[in-house]
Amino acid sequence: MIDRRKNTFISVLILIPSILLVGLFIYGFIGNTIVVSLSDWGHRLGGLAFDPEKNFAGLENYRQLFSGFVHGRFRQDLVNAVFYSILLMAGTLFFGFLFAVLLDRKVRAEGFFRTLFLYPMALSFIVTGTIWRWLFAPSGGVNIIPTFFGGTAGTFLWISSRATILQFNWQDLFQVLSIILAFVFLTLLIRSLRTGSPKGRTFSIVMLLITLLYASVIHRLLPPILPFEEMHGFNLATLGICIASIWQYSGYAMALYLAGLRALPESIRESAQLDGANEFIYYMRIAIPNLKPITLSAVIVLAHISLKMFDLIYAMAGADNANTGHPSINMYLTTFRANNFASGAAMAVVLFLLAALFIIPYLIHTHRERRG
Amino acid sequence: MVHNSLSYRFKHYLLYLALALCSMFFLVPIYMTVITALKQPADINLLTAWSVPSPVYWKSFAEAWVLLGPNLKNSLVLTFSATIISSFVGSINGYVFSKNSFKSSELIFTLILFGMFIPYQIILIPLFQVLKNMGLYGDLKGLILAHVVYGIPIVSLLFRNFYDQIPDDIMESARLDGAGYFYIYGKIILPLSIPGFVTVGIWQFTQIWNEFLWGITLTKQSSNPVTVGLSQLAGGQAVSWNLPMAGAFITALPVIAIMVFLGKYFIRGLLSGSVKG
Repeated sequence: MIDRRKNTFISVLILIPSILLVGLFIYGFIGNTIVVSLSDWGHRLGGLAFDPEKNFAGLENYRQLFSGFVHGRFRQDLVNAVFYSILLMAGTLFFGFLFAVLLDRKVRAEGFFRTLFLYPMALSFIVTGTIWRWLFAPSGGVNIIPTFFGGTAGTFLWISSRATILQFNWQDLFQVLSIILAFVFLTLLIRSLRTGSPKGRTFSIVMLLITLLYASVIHRLLPPILPFEEMHGFNLATLGICIASIWQYSGYAMALYLAGLRALPESIRESAQLDGANEFIYYMRIAIPNLKPITLSAVIVLAHISLKMFDLIYAMAGADNANTGHPSINMYLTTFRANNFASGAAMAVVLFLLAALFIIPYLIHTHRERRG
Repeated sequence: MVHNSLSYRFKHYLLYLALALCSMFFLVPIYMTVITALKQPADINLLTAWSVPSPVYWKSFAEAWVLLGPNLKNSLVLTFSATIISSFVGSINGYVFSKNSFKSSELIFTLILFGMFIPYQIILIPLFQVLKNMGLYGDLKGLILAHVVYGIPIVSLLFRNFYDQIPDDIMESARLDGAGYFYIYGKIILPLSIPGFVTVGIWQFTQIWNEFLWGITLTKQSSNPVTVGLSQLAGGQAVSWNLPMAGAFITALPVIAIMVFLGKYFIRGLLSGSVKG
């Protein structure tokens, strides 16, 4: 018993430097950034001065970001980041799963294909960005591929297009969000009706009604979050960035899924075949549901990557290209070029909160699993 | 199953056709990089972007090598020192979390792990301030410190998962023989840790080699790492594309070599870092 206590004592002693460093450099710094975001540091000149002026400003920086005159670009960046995250996740998981299924059938030279699909993952985003920037050059690169087959050259401006689809007025943001939520709860409701399990049914109905009520009535009664109309949407210029990121990360999803597929017991596959399931049904009905934990951890990692994405956009489109903007780029420009530390900190906090939305539930989940 | 049936063979061809198409997607960027890097600056134009260089012009590589030289040196110093330090930190932490866990060690582990998933923008401003006040701003030492500290979560996770695979019996029998805490670590665990060090080492190496955000915000010109150097090489307005492409090739070479020769360990790190059990 004494021995055990001594062991624990040494263990704690070993961990103390790591705990202190992580405590200061991660938790302390997050706290510090939040405090800075509540100040006015850098709103006037002299943000870099030895003893800069800092006053408490409450939530003013956040109000400015979401409903002020000057931060229209940040709002578009935020919309870009949401679309970018969705496309990156969907594309990466889809192609990763496709590659895994192709390689799962005892292919010759499997090692070669695996390395080929995975090597972009080891590259720096700056390398990837430099190469794809040339591939997406307006009147060269991929745009002239059709001419090799007798077609006409493409004219799409991959990185500099100004076209925007799925536009909405920022004043209607909460209406749009509540309609999306209504769809989510409707799907949950339909699923619970189909499977016949009453779990969460009442909750879905109540939430569906609340979101619909908000979208149709309440929204109109509240004052608009912005005093003027401002359109935002999916900038097509981000498509090039999305393709390059999918190129870089689909191999990662492939590696995860391939390991998962290999870990599924052969007996499941055999019994599925005996039941007359063809391979398509096997993958759709049996493999995908069984690989849910893998999909979940891939989603967490990809969400984190897409929310902090900086290097690739910087290298492909440059920091000043507003069409492909991202909050992380804006944060860099605001903080280190304009020396407006308070607004930059507020942008960082918004990014952090979006990431935390994914990470914290996931960490709690894995923590419980490890203990349980 | 009749393996020679027509439908089986058809499916077989279809599979390889699909794989060949997918491979194109991954080979095309390499092809483009190499042919562009080997063209004379005057021969590079958008309309003939895909054509093979004639004559082959090797000088761009030498030129990019000279331009990126100081950055490559910085990156080598940075990557090797930070990787070595953080591997040892990870090993001792992993030994505690896996083989000497105590009542609240799981909670500490989860709290440390959190640092792996934060967007680094959230710590950038205080990090910049602290390094400036410590006199480390602009210097490679500051960057090494940052990489070691923010590497703690991932290296602890990787080593913990690695040590979980070593059976506890080894520990128990050593303890019964009266071996102490550090004796077991030094004489039993460390010698078994070589694959763990390789996995963590190449993982940290690629991460640190490729890092850009801190490189551009926390270092001065003289200590810029290679990613920053490459971005400047490729960033100008009137870019002659042979240089950025040769530079991209040079920058990618070390990590590509790791992928080709030590890919097994890279995948191991990838899986161990994502699928937590």
